[in-house]
Amino acid sequence: MITFSNAGFMILVMALTTYLIRVLPIAIFNKKLKNRWIQDFLYYIPFCVLAAMTFPDILFSTNSLASGIVATIVALLLSWKEKDLVVVALSAVFAAICTEYIVMTFFA
Amino acid sequence: MDFNIRGLLSQNLENVIAYPKETVQKWERNGSIKEYKRGLMMGKAIGLGYIPVSFTFGLVAVQMGFDPWVAVIISLTNLASTGQFAGIRLIGAGASAVELSMTTLIINLRYFLMSLSLTQKLHPNMPLYKRCIVAFGVTDEIFALSAMEGEDVIFSFYTGLMTLPIIGWTLGTVLGAFASYLLPTIVQVSMGVALYCMFIAIILPPAKHSHKVFYAILIASSISIALKYIPYLNIVSQNGGGWSIIISAILGAAICATFFKISRHEEKEQEEAV
Repeated sequence: MITFSNAGFMILVMALTTYLIRVLPIAIFNKKLKNRWIQDFLYYIPFCVLAAMTFPDILFSTNSLASGIVATIVALLLSWKEKDLVVVALSAVFAAICTEYIVMTFFA
Repeated sequence: MDFNIRGLLSQNLENVIAYPKETVQKWERNGSIKEYKRGLMMGKAIGLGYIPVSFTFGLVAVQMGFDPWVAVIISLTNLASTGQFAGIRLIGAGASAVELSMTTLIINLRYFLMSLSLTQKLHPNMPLYKRCIVAFGVTDEIFALSAMEGEDVIFSFYTGLMTLPIIGWTLGTVLGAFASYLLPTIVQVSMGVALYCMFIAIILPPAKHSHKVFYAILIASSISIALKYIPYLNIVSQNGGGWSIIISAILGAAICATFFKISRHEEKEQEEAV
């Protein structure tokens, strides 16, 4: 169990980091960034972070590789069709549950 | 209606008379309750939209072994969906505080840009404590709405705008965290994938419209996969993989920034999608 007593410091680190990023420009800076490379770099960062976090770990995030693969395919298809975030997540979880059920019933 | 702020402000503004009259009039409403209510109404949709996402956050956090109230405090103190999901993933995997801080930093780096843009629209004499309050409410959605306000952002409007999203985000986490105990085991073990599916749902739609974003995702994923499976390189993927994420993201974004330049018009469109 992750509680305040064993993860309090980590929670503080996370909150402080997030807040400092937001407050520093407002409290200190007054100029806009001019460098195009840095602007482009910062533009790509969120996509690259999320991609790096997702692959390959998504495949191993359930009980079996099979349900991980099925959930990934469902998520990719629905996202490509630009379905809502929550719809994508719930459909993929549902697909993973069904696969998990099949695996447990027929292969275990 | 406007408290005494009008009198206080006009004294301050005597020193800086270079601003247009309309701008000064708008700033004078910095303490207005009417502006607060207007912000509140505009923030309603964001607040409602946050509930399902933070519900999932609460759910996933408790599934990963977090105390429900820890999840709620993380939501309340961060107000950052992607950063929070990454954070609990790293804490759960036993990553170090440096990894956590670095990952949070690069994921939330876009807030830095948003704050930077917002700061140009605030009253130059706005006191530091008010600036610190405004900074807390910089999220993708709140920033997007405040960006439509034109050249000046009023303090009471902005605080009104951020009120309901904060409530919605926290409330959703409470509901999700406690709902998690009601779910059967087979659902619980499959819930972990939800987080990654949301990441896909965030990055793939913009990639459909921009091949540059598509390449960025492809490059970053490839580096991440390489860092996990290639011998000797895979030491960075231990202890939660925080370093692997940081290296993949910085390298991926640097490659893309060098070879696929973005026209400013393109960026504005994509920002709304993320």
